[in-house]
Amino acid sequence: MRIPVSWLIQQLELSGEHRDLDAEQIAAAFTRVGLEVEEVSPLGPVTGPVVVGRVVSIEELTEFKKPIRFCVVEVGETDDGAPETTEVVCGARNFVEGDLVVVALPGAVLPGDFAIASRKTYGRVSNGMICSASELGLGDDHSGIMVLPSGENSDVEPGDDAIELLELTDTVIELALTPDRGYCFSVRGLARELACALDQRLLDPAAIDVPAAEGPSTPVTVTDEQACPRFVLRRVTGVDPTAPTPFWVRRRLMLAGIRSISLAVDVTNYVMLELGQPMHAFDTAKLSGGLTVRRATAGEKLTTLDGATRALDPDDIVIADDSGPVSLAGVMGGASTEVTPESTDILLEAAVWDPASIARAVRRHKLPSEAAKRFERVVDPALAPAALERAARLLRDYGDGTIHPGRTDVGHPALPAPVVMAMDLPDRVAGVRYDRGVTASRLQQIGCTVEVGAADDGTPTVTAYPPSWRADLNQPADLVEEVLRLQGYDTIPAVLPKAPSGRGLTAAQRRRRQVSRTLAEHGFVEVLPFPFVSPTAWDALGLDADDPRRRTVKVLNPLEADRDELATTLLPGLLDTVVRNVSRGAREVSLFHVGQVVLPRAQQSPMPSVGVAGRPSGPEVAALDAALPAQPTHVAVVLAGPRVRAGWWGKAEQADWADAVQAARLVAEAAGVELTVTQGDTAPWHPGRCAQLRVGDFPVGHAGELHPKVVEAFGLPKRTCAMELDLDLLPLVERRPVPKVSPYPPVLLDVALVVEDSVPVGELTRALRSGGGDLLEELSLFDVFTGAQVGEGKRSLAYSLRFRAADRTLTVEEATAARDAAVAAAAERHGAALRG
Amino acid sequence: MSGANDPYDPKEVAALAPETLQAAVGTAREAFAAATDLDALAAAKPAHLGDKSPLLLARREIGALPPKARSEAGKRVNEAQTEIKAAFDERLARLQAERDERVLREEGVDVTLPWDRAPRGARHPLTTLSERIADVFVGMGYEIAEGPELEAEWFNFDALNFGKDHPARTMQDTFYVAPEDSGLVLRTHTSPVQVRALLERDLPVYVVCPGRTFRTDELDATHTPVFHQVEGLAIDKGLTMAHLKGTLDAFAKAMFGDEAKVRLRPSFFPFTEPSAEPDVWFAEKKGGAGWVEWGGCGMVNPNVLRACGVDPDVYTGFAFGMGLERTLQFRNGIPDMRDMVEGDVRFTLPFGTEAQ
Repeated sequence: MRIPVSWLIQQLELSGEHRDLDAEQIAAAFTRVGLEVEEVSPLGPVTGPVVVGRVVSIEELTEFKKPIRFCVVEVGETDDGAPETTEVVCGARNFVEGDLVVVALPGAVLPGDFAIASRKTYGRVSNGMICSASELGLGDDHSGIMVLPSGENSDVEPGDDAIELLELTDTVIELALTPDRGYCFSVRGLARELACALDQRLLDPAAIDVPAAEGPSTPVTVTDEQACPRFVLRRVTGVDPTAPTPFWVRRRLMLAGIRSISLAVDVTNYVMLELGQPMHAFDTAKLSGGLTVRRATAGEKLTTLDGATRALDPDDIVIADDSGPVSLAGVMGGASTEVTPESTDILLEAAVWDPASIARAVRRHKLPSEAAKRFERVVDPALAPAALERAARLLRDYGDGTIHPGRTDVGHPALPAPVVMAMDLPDRVAGVRYDRGVTASRLQQIGCTVEVGAADDGTPTVTAYPPSWRADLNQPADLVEEVLRLQGYDTIPAVLPKAPSGRGLTAAQRRRRQVSRTLAEHGFVEVLPFPFVSPTAWDALGLDADDPRRRTVKVLNPLEADRDELATTLLPGLLDTVVRNVSRGAREVSLFHVGQVVLPRAQQSPMPSVGVAGRPSGPEVAALDAALPAQPTHVAVVLAGPRVRAGWWGKAEQADWADAVQAARLVAEAAGVELTVTQGDTAPWHPGRCAQLRVGDFPVGHAGELHPKVVEAFGLPKRTCAMELDLDLLPLVERRPVPKVSPYPPVLLDVALVVEDSVPVGELTRALRSGGGDLLEELSLFDVFTGAQVGEGKRSLAYSLRFRAADRTLTVEEATAARDAAVAAAAERHGAALRG
Repeated sequence: MSGANDPYDPKEVAALAPETLQAAVGTAREAFAAATDLDALAAAKPAHLGDKSPLLLARREIGALPPKARSEAGKRVNEAQTEIKAAFDERLARLQAERDERVLREEGVDVTLPWDRAPRGARHPLTTLSERIADVFVGMGYEIAEGPELEAEWFNFDALNFGKDHPARTMQDTFYVAPEDSGLVLRTHTSPVQVRALLERDLPVYVVCPGRTFRTDELDATHTPVFHQVEGLAIDKGLTMAHLKGTLDAFAKAMFGDEAKVRLRPSFFPFTEPSAEPDVWFAEKKGGAGWVEWGGCGMVNPNVLRACGVDPDVYTGFAFGMGLERTLQFRNGIPDMRDMVEGDVRFTLPFGTEAQ
C-alpha cells in the first residue's frame, strides 16, 4: 500500500509536539505499532521554474523520423499583463491547443539531476520541456505528457507554480501490510493507526451524513447471505461523460500506483483508497432488469473487464441481471455493463463478500485485484452507505450529475461479537505491570466499546465490543496484542526463563553429527543440493522401469518445470554438484550429503480430515502420519578424480570403488555398527564393481564405481564412484560393547589359502573368522596372488592371524589348533587349500 | 714371614713403577685423543685397555711383589686403569655426540616442501551453524525436535491457525504436490514441528527445531527456494513475552557477541498472538552497527494450543523462528546466498568442520 504523507496528515488533528509531523516520524510510528514500512520515498526533488502552461499553438514538424511538435506555450503574464509565451519542442502527441500542461523552464532541475536549459533541437530552439508525470517523479506513467484538467472547475492559470500545485515536495510511504489488518488498506485505517500510535485525534473520512433514501436504487435479490452479507447501491444520473477527473484525485491515485481511467472509475478507486471500501460502477443503461446476487451455476460464462471470457465455477459469487452474470463479485466487473466514455447513468455498488469465497475465486481465476485484496481481508461491513455517498457526491460535484434519491441496502451483517478478558491478562502475557486503566483506554482508542466488570470469582474483567472494522478481534489474545503493541513492545523487559534440565541430543542426533564429522575429517565436503529432480535423471541413472526409486512425489508448481520430482535418492543432486565443481575447474571432488529423501508408498493412504478444535485422537494422528510418504535420512558420497593428489612426492592415486566402500565403513564405524559387504549389482553402479552394504542380513545401501553409461550420461569424470545408504536403517547403538583387554602375549601365525577366483574375499574371511573362534583376535589379508603357481582360475590369499587368550598365555600348540580350525572352516565352505 | 726371601726380579718391578704407569696413562690419552672417529677409537682401545695392554701386563707382576708391596702396587695399577678408562669413555661420548649430531644434520629436510597430498574435507556452514544453535539451546535445557520435510497441511497450516482460505496461507508461497487433494506440502516453515512436539511430548515443552524448509522464491542473492530455519518453542506455566525477549537476547548474545540485543516490532503470524518480528543489534553489520531483521516470534496463539490439546488457560508459551541462510549471510558477511546453495567446494572448505 502506497500512500502520500500529505493525505495521511489531512486526516489527523495534530497537536503538541506532533504538529509538524514528518515522513520519518510517521514511518517510525507505523513501525512501532506493527505496520511494516517498506519504503519512504520523497518526491522529486524538483527545483527551479516549473510552471503551468497553456498550449497556444502547435506546429507539426514532419521531416524527422518521428513526428515532433513545436509548441508556443503561455507560461504567465508579462509585467504589463500581456500573456508571456515561450517556445518548446515536444515529442508527445497527447495534447491539443488550449490544454494546460506543466512546463519546466530553463534553470529547472527535475528528478535524476535532469537540468533544463534552452537548447537547439530538431532545427528549433526549445526553451524548456513539457513534462510527463514520471518526469516529475509523480508515478510511473510516461505514456505521454501530463495534461491538467481545465474548464470551469479549474482555477489553475498559466504561470502558476507547478511544484506547489502538484505538491512535488510530498513523500510517499509504502507499507507491507499483514493479512490480519484489512482495515489498514485505506487512508482511514492508516490514519487511525497513526492517531493511536501518536495519541492524536483522527478526522474520520467516513464520518459522512448519509441521508435517508427514498426507496431502492434498483431492485436486488440476494440469494446467498453467507456469500454476500451486505449489498448496497446508489445511482447518479446525468453525469457528463467528458468531465475530467479533478487533478487532486488523479494525483493521489497516481502516487498510490493506480492509473486514471475516467471520472466514474477514478472516483470508485479513490474512495477505495480513502475508506477501504472497494466499489464497482455499472452503466445503468446496460443493465436489464433487477439484480440478483448468487453463486454461479456450472457452465455460465462471463467476459470480465480485462476482456477475458471466464468459465464460472459454482463456488464463484456473481451479480447477475436478466442477461446473466454481469460481475464476478468482489474480484472484477463484467465487460458488458462497463462504464464507457458514453455512460451518463452510473450505478455504484458497494458490498461485503465472504472473504474465503473471494480468496478462492482469485486463485481459481488467477485474478488478483485491489478490490479482492481488501475483500479477502475483511471489509468494514458498516462502511458501504458512507462510501457510496462519498463517491456519489464526487460524481455529482465533478461530473455534474444528480444523485438518485433511492438507495438499495440488502443484508444486515452482524457486528463482531464482544470479547471478555481478565483485566490483567495483558499484564500477565507481557510480564509487565501496566498502569491502571491502560487496558481499557487502549481498547477504546482502537474503537472498541468497553465495559468493565467482574468474573464469578470477583476478578476484574473487561468486555470489549470491537468496532465494525475489527472483525479480527475475536479472542482475549487479540485484545492483548492491541494493548501491548500500543503501549510499545519496548516497554517489555527481557527475562530468561528457567527451562527444566534437558536430556541433550538424542542418540540419532548425535549419530548424524558423528557421521557427518567423520566424513568431513576423511576428506569429504558437505553439500546441500535441492531435492528437485528431473524425471530424465532416472534414465540417466539407468534405473529399471520398475525400480522403486522411480516412484516419486511430483511437485505441482515447480520453479523449474523439468525438475518436478522429489528425490528418492541423494545421488542425482550430488552428481549434478560434482559436474558443477568439475566445470569450474575442480579436479578432486569428494562430496557428501546427509538428508531426507521422499519415498511414497506403493499404495499411499489418503489424507484424513482432522479438525483443530481440540487435540486430535491417537488414530487421527496415526492416519495423518500414514498419509505421509516415508522420509528416511540417507547419507551419500560421490568421489571423482584423485584421492591422493599428484605432486613432487609422486603420482596421483585415483579414487576408486574401494574408497566408496570405505566411506560406507566410516559411516558404519561412526554409527558403531558392523557393516557386511557383499557383491551387488544395482543401478547406477558398475555391475562388476558394486558392493551391497548390509547390517546383518539386512541391505542398507550400495557403494562402488558408477556404471560407465551413468558417468557418460551425467558428464562426470571417468570412474566416478559413489555410496548411498539409509542411515535410519542402521540400528542405533546407544552403548558400544566394552572391549576385554587381555594382558597375555599373542601368537602370530600366517596362512596362505588357494581358492577359486569366484570366492569373494569377504566370504572367505568370514569363514576363517568363524572357524578361528574366540582365540582369533585379528586377521588381515596381506597378499593376493594369481599366477601359474596357483593354477588357472584360482588365487592365493595370504592372511596373518593373531591369536590371544583372555586368561592365560596361549601356547603355540593351542594357536596352531585354532588356525587349523580356521583353515578347516575355509576349506569346508569354500574349498580353500593351504598353499604348500 | 718368608716374603723377604722370595726371588725378586728388578726388571719386572719396574713395570709397576709409578712413573711407568703414569707414562702408560699418558700414552693412552694421546692415542684416544688422536682417534678422530668411533672406528679409530675402537681400534685404539685394545692397545690400552685390552689383554695385552701395558697395565694388564703390569698387573700380572703384582703377584711377584713382596706381600707388603702388593697392595700399594695394586692400588696404583687400579688408579691408572681408571684414568685410562675415563679417558676412553670421555672420548667415546664426545665422538658419539659428534656422530649423532652429524647424522641428524644429514637427515634434515626442507620442511617448506608442500605436503597436501590428500584433499581436505569440510562440513557445510549451514549445518554447523544449525548445530551451534542447537548447542546453545541444549545448554539452556531445550531439546531438539525434528519432523518430515514433506508435511501434512494439517501440521503445516491447519493446526497453526491458518484458516483454510485465509490470505496468510498464500503469504507463504507454498510448493504443493500431486495429486491436487493430497493434503501434502513441502513445509513452508519449521513450525509444524512445534505441533508435533506438543502432541508427542509431556508438558512443559522446551524444544528447538532446526530443519530444511521450502518456498517458491526464485534463487537470487538473498532468496533461495530451499532454505533452513530454526524454530524455538517453550510451553510452560507462567511464560510471558518478557521470557521470549530474554530468550532471544541470550540467543543473540551467543550468536553475535555480548553486545548483541534484540528488540521486538509488532507483526502478524497466524500461530502467535501477540506476534512480533525481532531485530538484532549487530555490531559488525556492514556499513556500521545497526538493527538487522531476524525472523519472527510471538506468544503461541491459544488456538494452536487447543489444536494440540493444551489448555491455554493453564499453559502459555512463546515461539520464534529464524532463517539460517539469512543469519549466516549477515553474521559471516556472505554477499550472495547462491554460494550456500551451489555446493562449490571452494566456498565450503574454509569453514572447516565445526561452526566458528
